[in-house]
Amino acid sequence: MLDIKHVTKVFFPGTVNEKVALEDINLHVNEGDVVCVIGSNGSGKSTLFNMIAGTFPVTNGTISINGKDITSAPEYKRAFYIGRIFQDPTKGTSANMSIEDNMNLAYTKGMKGIRFSLTNERRNEFRRLLEPIGLEDRMQDNVGLLSGGQRQALTLLMATLSHPSLMLLDEHTAALDPRNAEVVMELTKHYIEKEKLTAMMVTHNMQFAIDYGNRLIMMDEGHIILDISGEEKSKLTVPALVDKFREIRKKDYTSDEGLLTE
Amino acid sequence: MIEGIFVEGLIFAIMALGILISYRILDLADLTCDGSVATGAAVATMCIVNGLGITIGLVMAFLSGVLCGLVTAVIHNKLRIPALLAGILTMTMLYSVNLRILGNKANVSLVRVDTLYRLFPKWFSFIPSDWAALLGTLIFVVVVTVLMDLFFRSDIGMAIGALGGNEQVIISQGMNPSVLKMIGLGLSNGLIALSGGLLAQYQGFADANLGQGMVVQGLAAVMIGEFLFSSNKISLITLRCILGGIIYKGLMFLGRKYGYLIGITPNDFKLLTGILVIISLTVAKTRALASDKGARKKAIERTMAHMKEDNNA
Repeated sequence: MLDIKHVTKVFFPGTVNEKVALEDINLHVNEGDVVCVIGSNGSGKSTLFNMIAGTFPVTNGTISINGKDITSAPEYKRAFYIGRIFQDPTKGTSANMSIEDNMNLAYTKGMKGIRFSLTNERRNEFRRLLEPIGLEDRMQDNVGLLSGGQRQALTLLMATLSHPSLMLLDEHTAALDPRNAEVVMELTKHYIEKEKLTAMMVTHNMQFAIDYGNRLIMMDEGHIILDISGEEKSKLTVPALVDKFREIRKKDYTSDEGLLTE
Repeated sequence: MIEGIFVEGLIFAIMALGILISYRILDLADLTCDGSVATGAAVATMCIVNGLGITIGLVMAFLSGVLCGLVTAVIHNKLRIPALLAGILTMTMLYSVNLRILGNKANVSLVRVDTLYRLFPKWFSFIPSDWAALLGTLIFVVVVTVLMDLFFRSDIGMAIGALGGNEQVIISQGMNPSVLKMIGLGLSNGLIALSGGLLAQYQGFADANLGQGMVVQGLAAVMIGEFLFSSNKISLITLRCILGGIIYKGLMFLGRKYGYLIGITPNDFKLLTGILVIISLTVAKTRALASDKGARKKAIERTMAHMKEDNNA
């Protein structure tokens, strides 16, 4: 499904600030995979997501999705295959438009025409879809009036409307309070299961990464240092994961441990 | 007399609608306006003087404005130059272009030819000629506004509206934001040029200096409109923008007529308009802050009330 081959990303090449954010990354994600990505700050998780989504061009390597090379495709073209949810809940929706208009915008991907496609039939469909997130009676309200959790839930729903081949969830519950974070995470599981989505999820919660999904990737200093799936993953525990990290990187994890919660 | 203010105000309001698109809907500070309003006036005037007729004149004025907007959008999007500078560049270049369009003359008058404002009294001969001009302009503005409202209710109009609030949403939905900006800026300057085309016919000449300070005046109209009432419905937003345009022209009229009483001359209008915009922006900010503070106060009160209840229980 997703094929990343020899991807390298260097920021500010040739200057004193030169930073190798990703180095020769190779990754193949199968259809239906739910991959949890963990790693400390600066390990390259976000850069990897930015490369897949096309926010910045890669320095070297190729990325293809469903066998199609998208390495040089602009971000908006990749959006046809990729649904991405950011940490910032305001990024996924337009605050000055109503919920139904936001939904209608996300209903079909690509350039719009001079048409009025928000029919009553479609409204009813939206109402039904909004029920799980409890917004079915607020369809005319501006999205700016919603809480962060509600906005993130709506973003999630909007992303699933167009059945993307790949969902990129970039710490999408990190900016929410614990209760809302839990609600949004439950919804995420619900949609991934219901729509049989292929997803990659960055999380700081090691226990969650172990419990959820069928594959776990750990990143450090621009490399994928650990890639565990299936049977092996189900036997994993947090201490075992920390030990593995120590073993591989030959360095003490304690300095980073604060960033990863159990 | 009063009809004259309304006619001026309505013509001016079409320009304010253009500014509304760039400044409020797209959230881009586009200064092309100072040039494109004069381009519209020049193109319409030359078309009419050369016998192409009023309809073609106005259509060409609109299209020339679209072209001006596209130039700014291309400079901004393709060459990655900030929108503000892109607008200033286009505006400055347009000054020369406008002189060319006018045949290297600073102004061209519309004498001995049919213009809309000579035809309106004939079409609406049942009312005095000043009122006929007002009726004609009103119909024109209503048609333009309804078309604009419809456009911004359509799928693509919605997308342009969403772009102003949040560019990432548009990218995530697989749309090219540059294309939407081009459409938005094109439409914005098209309306501005259309307003210029009408203005030239109303005042009876086109002038290369017509556009000077128009952006700020248009902004003032948009701001005044926003003071009238708040809404998120496009039809009401355009309506208040039109009312803002008329009120602005009314204020300017009062300034011309009674300003001498407090020592104000028309020379001071640009300064006063600028101050008006600054005050409006400040008041709008303070208002937002005040409502935030109000919300916070209410939240604290609610919490206190809850605590009291808990204590009582």
